[in-house]
Parts: sequence; C-alpha cells; structure tokens
Amino acid sequence: MNAYYLDFEQPIVELEAKIEELRLVGNSSDLNINEEINRLKSKCVSLTESIYADLSSWDIARVARHPKRPYTLDYIQHIFTDFDELHGDRLYADDASIVGGIARLDDRPVMVIGHQKGRSVQEKVKRNFGMPKPEGYRKACRLMEMAERFRLPIISLIDTPGAYPGIGAEERGQSEAIARNLAVMSRLRTPIISTIIGEGGSGGALAIGVCDILYMLQYSTYAVISPEGCASILWKSAEYAEQAAEAMGITAPRLESLGFVERVINEPLGGAHRNHELACANLKVALRDGLERLQKLSLDELVEERYQRLTSFDRFF
Amino acid sequence: MSSWLDKIMPSMIRSDSAQKSVVPEGLWKKCPRCDAVLYRPELEKNLDVCPKCQYHHRIGARRRIDLFLDPDDRLEISAELEPVDRLKFKDSKRYRDRLVSNQKATGEKDALVVFSGKVQSVPVVVTAFEFNFLGGSMGAVVGEKFVRAANVSIKENVPLVCFSASGGARMQEALASLMQMAKTAAALERMKQKGIPFISVLTDPVFGGVSASLAMLGDLNVAEPGALIGFAGPRVIEQTVREKLPDGFQRSEFLLEHGVVDMIVHRSELRPRIASILAKLCGLPQPAADSPTAILPEA
Repeated sequence: MNAYYLDFEQPIVELEAKIEELRLVGNSSDLNINEEINRLKSKCVSLTESIYADLSSWDIARVARHPKRPYTLDYIQHIFTDFDELHGDRLYADDASIVGGIARLDDRPVMVIGHQKGRSVQEKVKRNFGMPKPEGYRKACRLMEMAERFRLPIISLIDTPGAYPGIGAEERGQSEAIARNLAVMSRLRTPIISTIIGEGGSGGALAIGVCDILYMLQYSTYAVISPEGCASILWKSAEYAEQAAEAMGITAPRLESLGFVERVINEPLGGAHRNHELACANLKVALRDGLERLQKLSLDELVEERYQRLTSFDRFF
Repeated sequence: MSSWLDKIMPSMIRSDSAQKSVVPEGLWKKCPRCDAVLYRPELEKNLDVCPKCQYHHRIGARRRIDLFLDPDDRLEISAELEPVDRLKFKDSKRYRDRLVSNQKATGEKDALVVFSGKVQSVPVVVTAFEFNFLGGSMGAVVGEKFVRAANVSIKENVPLVCFSASGGARMQEALASLMQMAKTAAALERMKQKGIPFISVLTDPVFGGVSASLAMLGDLNVAEPGALIGFAGPRVIEQTVREKLPDGFQRSEFLLEHGVVDMIVHRSELRPRIASILAKLCGLPQPAADSPTAILPEA
C-alpha cells in the first residue's frame, strides 16, 4: 500500500507483500492458504519485533522522520474533538508550519499547538517542511497567552527539523521570537504538556516545548542540532550523522534515563506510521494522565514546579 | 629572605604573565577589516578598536568586565563551577580533552564569567562570554552561572548586564545544552516580573541558542558596531535559500534597522551609556562621568 519504506523495513514490506499476494490468489475457503497466511503473519510480527528491537539511534532518527508517520493534525483528529483552528500572529502572517486552536480532550477544553509537516508536495511547501518562521512562534505565543486567560491547559505536539534558516526569518527576528516563547512559557499560569511526536529539532522544537511534563513517543528524537548538522560541524562531514546521532543521545529511552523526559509513550509495533489509530490512542491515555496530575496542583505550585524543573537542568551541580 | 627560590619564582611568574599578553600573538596585529597593521599596546589602549576603521576586535570575558566595572568592589561569582562530560561525548576528539585544552588556553573553567560590582557607582551584576572557550558555547555551566547571576540580581535588587559572544549551544552537551535556553529564559522572566533591569549587550558574534534565549531578552538590547548577530549562521542560510545574502545582513546596523536592538554603542561609550541608562531605570541620580583620561580613546 505504501511506496515509501526505510531500508531496514524492507524485509517486513516484502513479507507483507507476500501475504497480500496469497490473499489475492487464494480462495478464502482454502484452509491451507489461510494457514499459510496466518503463519506468515506471525512471522511478520516476530520479524518486525526483532528488527525494531535493534535499531540504532540513526535508524530511529529516520523512523522519526518517516513520511507516513502521523502528524499533528492526525493526532488532533484522533485524540481531540471539536477543534477550531486559529490562524495568524496578528503582526505579520499566518505560518502554516505551526497549527493551533481550541479543542476538547474528552470533555475538557484545551489549547492544542503543534508543528505540521505536509504529505503531498504542495502541502510540504505550504507547511515549509514543518520549519516555522518567527510568525509561527508568535502565533503560538498568542494562542498560549490566550490559553492562560481562559484557563485552558496547553497541549503541544513537537515535530520539526528546526526553525527555518531564511533571510526573512532573520529580518523578522527569529531569535527574539523563540526567546520570547521560552520566557513566556516559563511563567504561564496554566498546565503545559509537550510531546515529541517525531523530530524534536533544536530551538525550533523548544520554542513550543517548555512544559510541566515532557513526553516522547518511542521512536521520536530530540536534540540540540540534527545529526547531520552536528556531524558537519564536529566531524567536518554530514556523512558522520550516524556517529553524531549515537554520541548526542537523541532517542526517547536515552533521554528518559538522563532525566529530561517524564515518560516514553509506546508506539505500535513497527512504528507509529504502521497504525495511526493505536499511536493516537496511546498518546491520548498519557495526556489524560498528565492533565489529571497537573490539575491537582494550584497554579502557584504549578509555576513554581515548572521553574524548578527548568532551572535544575542539568542536575550535576 | 633572599633565597634561591625568591630569585626563581618572580621570574617564573613574570614570564607566565608576559606569555599571555605578548608572546602568542606578537606585538603587531592586522585589522581584519582594513588590513592596517596595528601596534598591539596601542590597540589595547584603544579598547581593541581599530583606530583607523573603528573595527571592534573581539575581546575576552575578563578584559570585557575589567573595562566595564569600576575598579573597586568587584566580586567574582560561582568561579568554582566546572563542566562535566556526562555523555562521554567524542567526535574527532573527546569532549573532555577539548575542555582541558580550552581551559589551558583561556585560563577559564568554562565560557561564562560573572562578577558583581559597580559601573560608575551603579551596583550591577555583570556576565561576559569567553568566545575563545569553545566558541563561547552555552552548556550546563554557562546556563547555571547565568541563572546564579540572575539570582544574585534578584536577591540584591541590582540590574544584570550580559555581554554575549557565542556561537550558540554546546553540541557536546547535546540536549542539556538546549535546555539551558529554557533555563536562562526562565530566570530572566523572573527578573522581569520583579522589575529588575536586564541589559543584553550583543558583541561579535551571537548566534543560535544564545541568541534565541538570553541575548534577545534584554529590557534593552544593545549591540556593538558591526557585530554579527542572528539565529542561523549566514552560510547555512545561503545554502538553504540559494540566493546571495543582502549587504550587511545580520550586522548590528541591520538589526537596528529591523527593530531587534535598541541601539548601537561604540565600545568606548558602553560604560557611561549603560551606567546612565541603568541609573534611570533604577531611579538613581545621573552617575558622575569617568575622568577623560581613564579609558576613553583618543578622539
């Protein structure tokens, strides 16, 4: 069904194609073929399990960027109801690489904000490959301050290669836009839960990722610079991306063990792109848990705990 | 007590300090902008500003603070903090080895120096980035020292001034370095809520994670002339957009034009200008000017 797969996914894809073939050829009443199909299906599961049990950091970085992976709008569609998208920073433009709006999680009204990548070529261009410009961060900031006014918890979904390195972005104060979000989010008197759903790319990710609770999906990544960027600076060649990915420790379990991440959210077998519904369902449970925990705190406690959390990075002093 | 030891020790110390200021650099320095060959002692007397073309040469953190603060009542803050290589990071070199060689070369434990003191009698906490220490990159020590500086400001109710010069976040500390952006921004937001002034002075260069956090969050953002300041580096932008960058792109003057900084101030004017601004923001009388012989360059 899908033309795109990563090299290490190839055996899985081949096996799936075989199963599909058998199903088309076989008569559904043919017991032997049904048995064979079932045998292959369980083989497919164990094969996927074994491949995914042994992914390198770089492999995971590629899963995190998988073009079939659910994006923010997919999560919004499956997790929330009654979503009203809000547009524009009121200053310059509407940046389609960040979407945001009010919605309900179960019955509870919330503000949802996330990076959005595109699937078709036109949409990728429209979404600028999920790389926001200052107006994207300023829209997010506007929505977050609105969330505080109306006591809406903020759910942010992070999936960006990073802020867009362009001339206009610099002219309109990319640095200031990001810096301001960090400062504002540190003091907002409303709960903030951030989840890295794909790529957590540097300042462009953090600009909507200052939070009370940070989740990461199992095959998402979070780093100060892309593995390629790190490799081209420190190794003088982007070809060392694999080593850079390993050295920086960009994967969810690693960052959980280092104390940056509250919880790693399991993905469906073979990655979220293989089962959007299940990926969304898992995240929904975690978001419910998180909100329940945060809403037990008074707003003073909430903001103080967030401040302590932010200023205790890194904890070795 | 004129023992053999006395005869040896002073000369060792003397040669040590002499080595720092003279030997590695030579007596002459070429101005990178106008190519003038400058006599180093004269350049230093001129605050490392080229007397021919006014190019502001980069200067180290301690010299920066030394030029800025009054001579009396200086106190260094959190000098003891040392970086830890938690990830055992290794690229073409080990991070640990890079730290040691940068510590040796600069005499600093990490890339930020913090002092409390006075500027023309206005009490102040001042932080300065050491660009020669791993490009002034921000890791956990820089973030922690900055937050401690902000905490002293809050506790003593005195303004904070930061001289930034940094390539951005420190990649060898990976995600911990990214988190320093949130950490320093959070501390500055606390200061802001308490009404304590923060002046961010951007000096050549300021990029990436430092630019997109503490350096842009000043009540006033001040830049030295001609400093290169931005989020993404010019080369990355050029490769991405595949067009020629406009003249003066990402220079201080460009930032002033685009509303990112409040003013551009010549190095020789920084001390009186900031003292005067802080005095106004703190409700203090106009500070007395320095005697003209003190630090001003020849007209």
